[in-house]
Amino acid sequence: MKKFLAVRIVNILVTLFVIATVTFFLMKLLPGSPFDEEKLAGLSDEDRMEFYARYGLDQPVAVQYAKYMGNLVKGDLGISYYYKGQQVESLISSRIGPSALLGAQAALLGVSIGLILGMIAAFRHNTMWDFFTMFIAVIGVAIPNFVFAALLQYYVGLKWGILPVAFWESYDSSILPTIALSMMVIALIARFMRNEMLEVLQQDYILTAKSKGLSQMNVIIRHTLRNSMIPIITILGPITVSLLTGSLVIENIFGVPGIGSLFVDSIKVNDYTTIMGLTLFYSAFYILTILVVDLLYGIVDPRIRLTGSKG
Amino acid sequence: MEPLLEVKDLYVSFHTQAGVVKAVRGVNFTVNKGETLAIVGESGSGKSVTSKAIMQLLPDHSASYDSGKILFDGQNILEISDKKMESIRGSDIAMVFQDPMTALNPTMTIGKQVAESVMRHEKISKKAALQRAIEILDLVGIPEPATRVNQYPHQFSGGMRQRVVIAIAIACNPRLLIADEPTTALDVTIQAQILDLLKEIQRKTGTSIILITHDLGVVANMADKVAVMYAGKIVEEGTVEEVFEQSEHPYTWGLLKSIPNLEANEQLYSIPGTPPDLLSPPVGDAFAARNEFAMAIDYEVQPPMFAVSKTHTAATWLLHEKAPDLSTVIQSTERELERTKRRDRKDFAKTDSIIQVHKLKKHFHMSGNSYLKAVDGVSFDIRKGETLGLVGESGCGKSTTGRTIMRLYEPTGGEVYFNGKPIHGDLKKQDENRIRQKMQMIFQDPYASLDPRKKVIDSVAEGIDIHKLAASVKDRRDIVQNLLEIVGLNKGFMNRYPHEFSGGQRQRIGIARALAVNPDVIIADEPISALDVSIQAQVVNLLKDLQHEQDLTYLFIAHDISMVKYISDRIGVMYLGNLVELAPTDELSKEPLHPYTQALLSAVPTPNPKIERGRERIILTGDLPNPMNPPTGCRFRTRCPYAMEKCKETPIWKEAKPNHFVACHLIE
Repeated sequence: MKKFLAVRIVNILVTLFVIATVTFFLMKLLPGSPFDEEKLAGLSDEDRMEFYARYGLDQPVAVQYAKYMGNLVKGDLGISYYYKGQQVESLISSRIGPSALLGAQAALLGVSIGLILGMIAAFRHNTMWDFFTMFIAVIGVAIPNFVFAALLQYYVGLKWGILPVAFWESYDSSILPTIALSMMVIALIARFMRNEMLEVLQQDYILTAKSKGLSQMNVIIRHTLRNSMIPIITILGPITVSLLTGSLVIENIFGVPGIGSLFVDSIKVNDYTTIMGLTLFYSAFYILTILVVDLLYGIVDPRIRLTGSKG
Repeated sequence: MEPLLEVKDLYVSFHTQAGVVKAVRGVNFTVNKGETLAIVGESGSGKSVTSKAIMQLLPDHSASYDSGKILFDGQNILEISDKKMESIRGSDIAMVFQDPMTALNPTMTIGKQVAESVMRHEKISKKAALQRAIEILDLVGIPEPATRVNQYPHQFSGGMRQRVVIAIAIACNPRLLIADEPTTALDVTIQAQILDLLKEIQRKTGTSIILITHDLGVVANMADKVAVMYAGKIVEEGTVEEVFEQSEHPYTWGLLKSIPNLEANEQLYSIPGTPPDLLSPPVGDAFAARNEFAMAIDYEVQPPMFAVSKTHTAATWLLHEKAPDLSTVIQSTERELERTKRRDRKDFAKTDSIIQVHKLKKHFHMSGNSYLKAVDGVSFDIRKGETLGLVGESGCGKSTTGRTIMRLYEPTGGEVYFNGKPIHGDLKKQDENRIRQKMQMIFQDPYASLDPRKKVIDSVAEGIDIHKLAASVKDRRDIVQNLLEIVGLNKGFMNRYPHEFSGGQRQRIGIARALAVNPDVIIADEPISALDVSIQAQVVNLLKDLQHEQDLTYLFIAHDISMVKYISDRIGVMYLGNLVELAPTDELSKEPLHPYTQALLSAVPTPNPKIERGRERIILTGDLPNPMNPPTGCRFRTRCPYAMEKCKETPIWKEAKPNHFVACHLIE
């Protein structure tokens, strides 16, 4: 187990190094920057050189790269080109809160409702329940979440005035974006869960469980759920990442000051250090989630548990 | 004797998209306390449906119990509530399922799975239930049960898992144990262990057993009473002696005659045709269309159960007082059959060999540095025109040997010669193509080995196209037509797709495909193991006839030893990647030299209750060792009853008697 973890962590570090290198040079290859000649046209050559020096842009690319990587190891992502004097890492940490809250809530809500709907559909297979649930699932996948967002804002926010329409003022502000975000998750998980459960219910060991005289309920709880969950965990990883790292669209619609909107803004103004920082942050987060998912697998499915002896 | 279970006039049907399948059509039988009833039949006969009906485990949404009663201890379990049924299930009636690889929950420990049943039916604590689980696992012969209760199913071998499944079933001392093909998925030496275990449990607990099986050898070994099912009905019932020795129903005759007789060598009897479609069962006797003795009335009225003796009944009009006396007819046709079809086993000792295999090795690379030595130094030759049988338990490397000879796998080491020319190592493309044409393969699964999107003509003609054997489109058609006729199929089938055919017909298509390129050698890898008994006989007869007509050489790979003995001139026995014995069939049957061969032959149950009752069986202890890490020296020594110090050295492959090769230290 320890060896497995060690190997995985080395892998993660190598992957991150490659990602950092590739994004660094991609950024250098991109045309345009906040300090283009024409944008700095009003400055004298001296001032311009000083400006470049402040951001380290006067050095050859190789030196810039070495410096960036050196700082990266220390956890320094550099200074934003746009937000004056702000370190990128502190920018991210100041904006992560709302995104993480929304994401966590949406994941929790989406996964639990999705699981329940999926189970209902599987147990009431080929009945009205099943059709109704799968109808919801199809809607959830087919209709983009900004449409839901708009509908929620109009009805719940404006017409009925129950919850705030936008902006990040109190906990109540998080409710509508959470619901809008979770629609897709509900739909995905419900469909997956239904199919998995139907599959598991066909298995011979369910027959064995029934032949022991267990009630329907016990067969479900003790023998069906855990085995149906195994494939769900696979999609749980990407879903969590996409939720926790903030939704570009939803944060914009609801005016949430999260990292999703930070990303959009930094792209608009060619804030390369922030873009790079966020890319690395997303990558690291994603890779770590995959590791967690792999570890979770081992807990749920003893067949891939690493500590267990083989055969 | 007191009846425990009475099934009375049971009708069960399934509602499917194609229509209503009448799976069980008026079944009657009684199981007395402490006795074993075997229900025999081919797939689709309704035997499994009947057993699941007793357990009330048929799917609610599609199955319906149309009429009849199932009386357990006098109580009709078709009428009691679900809750009541749950309390009977697992405690009074328990079930053992066919496939131990899928019958256990992969994410729950063995101990919990056994204890669950105990906790459900007896109000005891979790700890006490787990203690009981350990005792039961000990009873069914799981070594070190106290540590193994905490393990998961994937940590157990197939045979051990079936012991666990049995442990779950007997956990609450059921009064009726239903075993649905309990040994079909297991190797013969493990089958012998499991059958032995079931008998021992019956002796200790006095439980009644319903044994569902298609294997008449297992029936002869286990049963007190036998019920033969065909097309949803019981066609004959009686004590095991009555059914095996004085059977009255033509279907029972057919089944018994389809089994290869080890001593004689006449053509196998095969029941013509296939079972009826139960979506629209025939009006009269369902077996009439396949019955050579059918009378006019058979096609119009279903025969009632005629009593032959107090315990013996059969549903055939032949038992009606006005029916003609068949005894003379049967005898004369049988004599006829024997005269025309009797074939002597040729002596191939002096024939040239067509294939020589020398120290063939095939190792598969697994994770890390480990190798699976599937075939590890096997030497033999196949002589022109003979059938060489290759037997052994799953994982012994027999299929890999066949595939490596065909060069479907690249050999890791060793040499293979075809007609004296090497066919191992680097070959020119055209040489390789020539070999591919001269050697063909017939695969195990007739469903998976035909492309579902190709018409029969295109599947069969694939080899013809590759080797450019047809001069024109018309020529290609003619060749395929001819081939289909040779394998006993209607030439009109040419333009149909595989899904329109039954398993037996598909296997015939597979044979036609192999014959299409005029091969000299056919490697048949378990060609009949996916087929029902009566269909197996048809295919084996076809293979034998073809060999005669076209001068073919066969390498026949199978785990069904009685079939291999029937078809083969010589037999090679494999164990864990090694060949342990190779001898002419008769000699191997009569005087097996290697202890493994002896055990293997002894483990096969014979379909004769008298022999089965009397004989002592060699039951090997333990499982096949892990092939990733086989024992050093003689690989069989960990299970061998005669193992000695010297067995730690690898035994030499030697000719113990003329043409009889063996690798064992006992033979000097």
